Amino acid sequence: MTDVLIRAEGLSVGFQLGGGLFRKDILQAVNNVSVTIEKGSFFGLVGESGSGKTTLGRALLKAVPITEGHARYNDGEVDVDIASLEGPALKDYRKRAQLIFQDPYAALSPRMTVRDIIAEPLEVMKLTKTREETDARVREIAAKCRLNLEHLRRFPHAFSGGQRQRISIARALVSGPQFIVADESVAALDVSIQADVLNLLKQIQADMGLTFMFISHDLSVVAHTCDHVAVMYLGRLVETAPTRKLFAGPRHPYTKALFSAIPSLDPDDRGKAQKLTGEIPSPTNQPPGCKFHTRCPNAIDRCKSEEPQLEGDGSGHEVACHRWKELMELTPA
Amino acid sequence: MSTQIDVQNLTLQFRTDEGLVTAVDNVSFSLDKGEVMGLVGESGSGKSVTAKSLMHLNASNAVYSPESKITLYTDTGPVDVLSLRRPSELKIVRGGAVSMIFQEPMASFAPAMTIGKQMVEQLQLHSDMSKTQARNLSIEMLDRVGISDAGKRIDQYAFELSGGMRQRAMIAMALSTKPKLLIADEPTTALDVTIQAQVIDLMKDLVDEFRMGIIFITHDLGVVAQTADRVNVMYLGQLIEEGPVRDVIRQPKHPYTQGLIAALPKLEDLDAPLTPVPGDIPSPLERPSGCVFHTRCSQIVGDMCSAKAPTERELDEDHKVACHLYSDLQTEAVQ
Repeated sequence: MTDVLIRAEGLSVGFQLGGGLFRKDILQAVNNVSVTIEKGSFFGLVGESGSGKTTLGRALLKAVPITEGHARYNDGEVDVDIASLEGPALKDYRKRAQLIFQDPYAALSPRMTVRDIIAEPLEVMKLTKTREETDARVREIAAKCRLNLEHLRRFPHAFSGGQRQRISIARALVSGPQFIVADESVAALDVSIQADVLNLLKQIQADMGLTFMFISHDLSVVAHTCDHVAVMYLGRLVETAPTRKLFAGPRHPYTKALFSAIPSLDPDDRGKAQKLTGEIPSPTNQPPGCKFHTRCPNAIDRCKSEEPQLEGDGSGHEVACHRWKELMELTPA
Repeated sequence: MSTQIDVQNLTLQFRTDEGLVTAVDNVSFSLDKGEVMGLVGESGSGKSVTAKSLMHLNASNAVYSPESKITLYTDTGPVDVLSLRRPSELKIVRGGAVSMIFQEPMASFAPAMTIGKQMVEQLQLHSDMSKTQARNLSIEMLDRVGISDAGKRIDQYAFELSGGMRQRAMIAMALSTKPKLLIADEPTTALDVTIQAQVIDLMKDLVDEFRMGIIFITHDLGVVAQTADRVNVMYLGQLIEEGPVRDVIRQPKHPYTQGLIAALPKLEDLDAPLTPVPGDIPSPLERPSGCVFHTRCSQIVGDMCSAKAPTERELDEDHKVACHLYSDLQTEAVQ
């Protein structure tokens, strides 16, 4: 059994919206989520916009406050409860857990050189003592991210999307983190470049033994990069499994619909997709029972009143659906 | 079938502080009535600029070469698009016979005007409808694209609608003038896959119903496979491959098209390594000599790739490619 880097139990994140003295409107972005991320793994988090995947990623970085539940981080050196981190312990955690953003055009300051962008975390966290030490570290990381050392003196505008994303990756890696949340990190890139950045992330993970949480709406990208995938819907985990198990036999009707919606490269496959109707409900006005029942093709009365819990089959494949067993018998794999 | 729009030798440069930048380089294609064409390429390949030329909509620093000619066939006869100057003349290609759907529906609706006001305004501009008629037609169109409670939605602002809903409203607005040609610039890129599937379905239904031609700009070959009849692939302002969708996707001829397809993560084979197209698309300020793709090409046939631009030739019926791999070396030597 491999070591566990992050173990979250019953994690919830709520945001307070307006409201008065006696009335509080809470937007429950993440609701009672438990995940276990093994050390050195590539953990994929999938869902539509509004499913809470970004909020969950940020909660694990303590970039948004955790309102309920626990999340432990243990990399062998430190063992901390993420929810209660503050002061020096939080500063230390920032060094260990980093984020790569989606849009490489918005994430880099146009007024800083590439060298300064990559060096900034070192300076802010006071990880290096002299300028020479900083420069050496920046060059080392830049080389790992396949950046041309000549380019360190330039400004971000001179670079293409793929190169910018490599700069963002270098900045995230420079403090020597163990855990990286990559939030839609290839979504803004062209397909021809996307493969290059994915390969780089995989290589870095293998070389440096890092643990990634890879947030994406693109199932085919997740299939190719992640070891384990969790599917979220309206703040809840609806299915979680090792990648191959999930792709070989998705069990939740939502996961099945996500698969089916991927446009096929075969022009003769047109119109075969099983279409999901409607849209994800607003998190401020959640349906009762199973949150997916308003769009589910298999919903029965029970789904409208009783919320299903994740249940496993002992192989690490868990699903939160009242009817998954029954549906599996109806549609043999 | 008859031709809807015909583009000949379209070359377009932008006047900038750094000199003339070539965005579109000698592109020719035509689209039949009711045909769906996928226009594919990376960012910077010139696909959006090409599409905007069809509406004469490029920025004022755009310079069209004298050989460029775009002819739109309308009910009242052919229109020479690039010769249109006055707003009253341009109306026909800007919302009249040609409509456009943009990528970001939030940015394309005016934020401080209700959806309905914008729909009515453009209908009155392009027809002699009364306000009430225009409003009724707008509600009908919103209903047609699957927006429930259209009578209420029409008085809402863009920010009150979800992303998918906004894109539906955009489609309703673009189609309400009954255009002959619809240009859809990455219409599903900002949407979730489940919503993308709904919008694609909707667009297919509408093509059947309204019998219009569509130019579908996208970088997603999966979306093209699901929607288009024909595919045009662009790289650095040039059309490098074109043909029927099955031929281009199943038997891509140009190394760039092959690279694009190989770079897609495939669900059928999770063990297949991801193969990027090496390098980045060059800056339009530093256009490579010869074949514009030779700096990233893995199948260079010799010095001629960097020396001489390949000419387009037809390999199979209707399937054309511009690449030296397929040029007949001897005939070229004689020439």
